Amino acid sequence: MDLNTFISDPNLLPWLIPVGPLLAFVIISLLTNRSKLIPATSPKYGGHHPDYDGMLVPVVTDLSRVVTIVVGMSGIVAAWLISLRVISLAVGLPDFGHDVLSSSLMWMSTGETGFRMGVLVDPLTAVMLFMVPLACTMIFIYSIGYMANDPRQSRFFSMIALFAGAMLTLVVADNLLLLFIGWEVMGLCSYLLIGFWFEKESAYKAAIKAFMTTRVADMIMLLGIVYLYASVGTLNFRDIMYNPLPAAEGEHVMVVEAEAAATEEAAAEGEHAVVETWASQLGATPALILGGWGVSAASLIGIFIVIGTIGKSAQFPLHVWLPDAMEGPTPVSAMIHAAAMVSAGVYTVIRMYPLLEAGGHPHDGVFTPPLLLMAFVGAFTALFAATIAVAQNDVKKVLAYSTISQLGFMIAALGIGAYIAAAFHLITHAFFKALLFMASGAVIHGMEHGEHHVHAHAHGHEHDEPHLLPAHTAEHEGHADEHHSADIGDEEAEHGHFDPQDMLNMGGLRKTMPVTFITFLIGGLSLAGFPLITAGFWSKDEILADAWYGTTHGFGPHAFVFVLLAIAAFLTAFYTMRQLGLTFWGEPRSEAAKHANLGPGTGVVAIMMTLPLVVLAFFAIFAGFVGVHPDFPILGGLFSGAGNPFHDFVGATLINHPEGIPFNPFPVLVSFAVALGGLAVGWWMYWRVPLQAGQPDPLVSILGPIHTTLRNKYYFDELNDILFVRPSVWFARAVAYEFIDRGIIDGFLHLIARVATWIGDFIKMLNLWLIDGVGDGIPELIARTGIWFRRLQTGRVQQYMLLLALAVILIGIIFALSTGVLQAAP
Amino acid sequence: MTQAAFPVLSLIIFVPIIAAVVILFIKREQADLIRGIAIGAAAICFLLSLFVYLNYNSQVSALNENLDAAAASGENVGTQMFSEALQFEEYVPWLPELGIGYHLGVDGLSAPMVLLTGMVAVAGVLVSWKISDRTREFMAFFLLLVAGVYGVFVAIDLFLLLFFYELSIFPMYLLIATWGWVQLREYAAMKLTLYILIGSVIAMIGIIAMVLVARDYFITDAGAAVLQNAIANGWVPAQTTAFSFDMNVMTLAAENGAFSQPGYAGVDVLTFARLWFPFIFIGFAVLAGVFPFHNWSPDGHVAAPTAVSMIHAGVLMKLGAYAALRCGVQLLPEGAQVHLPWIVFLTLINVVYGAFIAFRQRDFKYVIGFSSVSHMGLVSMGFATMNMTGMTGAGLQMFSHGAMTALFFGCVGMVYDRAHTRDIPSLGGFAKVMPWVAAAFIIGGLAGMGMPGLSGFIAEFPIFQGMWEASEQISLSLGGFELTNYYSIIVIIAALGIVITAAYVLRVVSQVFFGEFNRAQYPDVDDITVRERFVLLFLGAPLILIGIAPSVMAPMLQVGMRPVLAMLGVGV
Repeated sequence: MDLNTFISDPNLLPWLIPVGPLLAFVIISLLTNRSKLIPATSPKYGGHHPDYDGMLVPVVTDLSRVVTIVVGMSGIVAAWLISLRVISLAVGLPDFGHDVLSSSLMWMSTGETGFRMGVLVDPLTAVMLFMVPLACTMIFIYSIGYMANDPRQSRFFSMIALFAGAMLTLVVADNLLLLFIGWEVMGLCSYLLIGFWFEKESAYKAAIKAFMTTRVADMIMLLGIVYLYASVGTLNFRDIMYNPLPAAEGEHVMVVEAEAAATEEAAAEGEHAVVETWASQLGATPALILGGWGVSAASLIGIFIVIGTIGKSAQFPLHVWLPDAMEGPTPVSAMIHAAAMVSAGVYTVIRMYPLLEAGGHPHDGVFTPPLLLMAFVGAFTALFAATIAVAQNDVKKVLAYSTISQLGFMIAALGIGAYIAAAFHLITHAFFKALLFMASGAVIHGMEHGEHHVHAHAHGHEHDEPHLLPAHTAEHEGHADEHHSADIGDEEAEHGHFDPQDMLNMGGLRKTMPVTFITFLIGGLSLAGFPLITAGFWSKDEILADAWYGTTHGFGPHAFVFVLLAIAAFLTAFYTMRQLGLTFWGEPRSEAAKHANLGPGTGVVAIMMTLPLVVLAFFAIFAGFVGVHPDFPILGGLFSGAGNPFHDFVGATLINHPEGIPFNPFPVLVSFAVALGGLAVGWWMYWRVPLQAGQPDPLVSILGPIHTTLRNKYYFDELNDILFVRPSVWFARAVAYEFIDRGIIDGFLHLIARVATWIGDFIKMLNLWLIDGVGDGIPELIARTGIWFRRLQTGRVQQYMLLLALAVILIGIIFALSTGVLQAAP
Repeated sequence: MTQAAFPVLSLIIFVPIIAAVVILFIKREQADLIRGIAIGAAAICFLLSLFVYLNYNSQVSALNENLDAAAASGENVGTQMFSEALQFEEYVPWLPELGIGYHLGVDGLSAPMVLLTGMVAVAGVLVSWKISDRTREFMAFFLLLVAGVYGVFVAIDLFLLLFFYELSIFPMYLLIATWGWVQLREYAAMKLTLYILIGSVIAMIGIIAMVLVARDYFITDAGAAVLQNAIANGWVPAQTTAFSFDMNVMTLAAENGAFSQPGYAGVDVLTFARLWFPFIFIGFAVLAGVFPFHNWSPDGHVAAPTAVSMIHAGVLMKLGAYAALRCGVQLLPEGAQVHLPWIVFLTLINVVYGAFIAFRQRDFKYVIGFSSVSHMGLVSMGFATMNMTGMTGAGLQMFSHGAMTALFFGCVGMVYDRAHTRDIPSLGGFAKVMPWVAAAFIIGGLAGMGMPGLSGFIAEFPIFQGMWEASEQISLSLGGFELTNYYSIIVIIAALGIVITAAYVLRVVSQVFFGEFNRAQYPDVDDITVRERFVLLFLGAPLILIGIAPSVMAPMLQVGMRPVLAMLGVGV
């Protein structure tokens, strides 16, 4: 098939979306990743390897650096443009949602039917296609600046291109298997990128942690996929959740292509006819395991898939990997936390929602086990992570926990059936969280820049200028004061432990980094849900509205979700304000902060790093107006005159369009209250009287030991270590290897060997006097006979002749006797 | 019964044997000539096996539909399917009095295995290039080993199969005991040989008993009629008599219930298949590393020189699985239905337990050794599903694991050749000096942990799926106690075993390849040569190819599995 067919056929066009980045990955890895060898001590190598004296290390050449950037950018921009084209084509379909863009090809024949791989663009995909390539493009642009001085920039671009390609594959996939492929490749990329600076032990440990934690969940999800495939014979989203069953009987008929005609018939029957799909049928089938307890097959599969999402979207208790993932370069954090990986988890459960819901109806208070699981896990995580975020001092860690918390909002929303709200929050969150991460990356970059500046000038004023000291990190919190007195004037300690990510070292950055400040502020307010003007407000409000709607009908899970999310939203506003205050407000609390900037304003680095911030800031504000409730005072009429646009658009993804809920002012007021309240408390504590250098965080004295617990993330890592890691290690070593393998199995073998040896020895003994006696006797006999014979060989010819004659006669007699010649003679 | 136009399979077997003999006549000083002949022979065999693979017609049997219809109607058509699936056949009545024929052929299962052998043999000769201690003997024994392995995969006569089976064990002993790792080689070689020999002797006795039972059946009137009919239809060689080691004939006997007659050995409920299946299956599966008879394998792998480890883990273990499937499941289907439901527990232990142990090893090579135990468990687990999906997965896993583990051992060997240690904690940062090895190892590791896009995933997915599908159909009754629906539990536990695979792979990657490289400790570690790069590419490429386009292999395997499933009475 030539390229023209692909471009001209709207159904084939989505295939091309992931191609750009994937191609970029291949080209960069194979062709443009040219490096030259320079001594590791060279400043060009960025000081990564102080211990590498005399060794040559590969560093990307300037030419290949440029080519890499060009190739990588072309790949992602192509993906973006094609996505926009696809969206416009898709929206142009007469009944988008019922009609979709799709095509597939035969990939592998398993069992009776083949497995088809294909692409699908339905409204949900279209929304994701709007967000993902845009955010990825911004992240790419940003990476040009952020990684400009890294010796392995090419490698970075190749991996991040693969990452983007995998995410886009996941988004356009028309079946769960292709989705899973994208999902796993992303897991791999996250592993490689979190461990990008693999010389750092903490980095590769974080990479392993991320990979392993998500891997556990992934395998469980894979089981769900396998179970689903084994029971219905297809993994195609539309076949499972949209297209009606071709056969009325519940036997295992394999569906390859659902009949378009049947779909139309069903549609003609009217909106309210419940269409029998594989999903609803599975909802009525008891599961293989736990089926006796009323768990349906759909629910069991759903639980497996939700567990996959819990891992990928970092929900309690599998959230532990995500904060550590901050070890990667910041664009990676933005990629993982906003545009790609964690969104993929939520996207998947949104995608599979009809299956998770099958057999229940959350709007009527009928919950299926996977929905309950999501509601409780999501709401709990939202609150749990928000409390931890309150006590973090690392600028990126705060954002990491806020991501976990916000993802909890989405999962909880889905758990109570707020399908649209979850999708809406997914999109807005992606924009403002990508913005926040990149802005925090700019802050860190600025701080590092400031630190270099200080170093460069340190020789001049080392002793005459008393340094402003950073308040030290976590472990020292309780004894902050003693340490401070000890540390004063201790150059080495200051530079040795300087942490450019520690917010206690910052302060006053608004003066040197104004663009970063304003965009960070916009992102922060959006995260906090600042009423009316930010995107975050609208999406969060919709979740709360849904939860409140259920609460008024007396549904327990809704009430649970509502209360927990409201508290979490309050904390969100608070820690956002705390972060903004500590970072940008007040006076600089270290030398580095005083000099923090992104280099000259017209420099490549500065432009590349601020441009994406501005673009994303635009969406962080305006993306919310597509989903305003039509009955919202004033604004509803303004933006949603003909119904809630986002709701109607995404709702068309489902075969049974989700009904909108009536407008209720109470949750809106709650949204107002928690957002403004949290912001106000944060302002009162961190803006009104900005933190001074060396002064401990006011929260420490207010919360006391609770603060220590929060700082240490509820000691969750330690708990995991005690509960899971050590027992497996112990099991592997002590039980499996030493006891069973080497002890029992080999022991048994060695016992047999020993017994065999013993028997062997016994036989050998026997041999010595019995068999050897005989054995030795025989040769002896032979020898003696030989001697006797030798005597015969006297060497005399006459005797030989005699012997010969005797022998001939003897043989002749025997012959004659045996053949009867003698008898025949007369 | 179609004879091949030219004896390609015989060539595949005899080229290495002839080369081995020729090498023994070359002067020991002419090492390069010896290497040249060895690689030449290996390359010719590889090309021939590639020819066989590419020319194997997976769209076999115009009779497909008829066969399907017959199978669906409950008629057993295993023999017919099997003879349809066989291609490139060669038949010479060798010792007709003893029922032994020189019968070669490949079906959809053995064609990929032959290709795998060809690949690993070429890679093995290339990584052994620098062996300077008795090059001549090494190469000769190595080629003999390869010939034996080829022989097993193409033998259709059970006597030939056993003959080549033993032929491949014997050089293995010498190769490990002579060129192996000094500290362990004698112990490991002895352990390996004893385990495998005992297993194969038990299986051999079983097979001889099987042939005799079949003879007793074929000399009855009904049996003779069946045989005559089969000969007339060309399903078995025309010269066949009642006493025959031919696999087609055995299949015919099995299909007609010769092995399922109750009253075997004087016990009312016992049949031949029920009694002998465990002995034959496990006897061969010892070589596939089935728990608890797996312990020869890690020691053997560690002690063996690199090339031998590669062929050993890469191909030889498949030999066990292949023979267990052929002689066990295909010929004694009734026994399989009775016994595989409990053997599946052994395979589960293999998967999880091997992974756990691999996780705790300090020796780089032991990690890979135990990982083989774990991965081969998945193969047997695929057999235990007794349905098309799981069996296809098992076949894919056999090929995938073969290429992957050979790649692993190649990587380990390259690191060891330069660093002279395999102690994981004392290695580190090798990605910097040996980037190719690091990349190859990571690709192999990802395949091992089932990363989509690589062959391991394509293998695991159908195996797991087959387990789910089988879950409702298979039950295990032990006396009065009936266990049902437990395959689903087993597959969940097995999936968690795969997680541990990821753990040990990452542990090795992080400790050996990442982190800081210590130049002072390893002063002369440098990058690998072009020859070695070729090896890595050669073994790594199929992992990716099959991962992306499984249709290059899966349909062929399905052709191979169809007769087996027909014998099992599973509609295919």
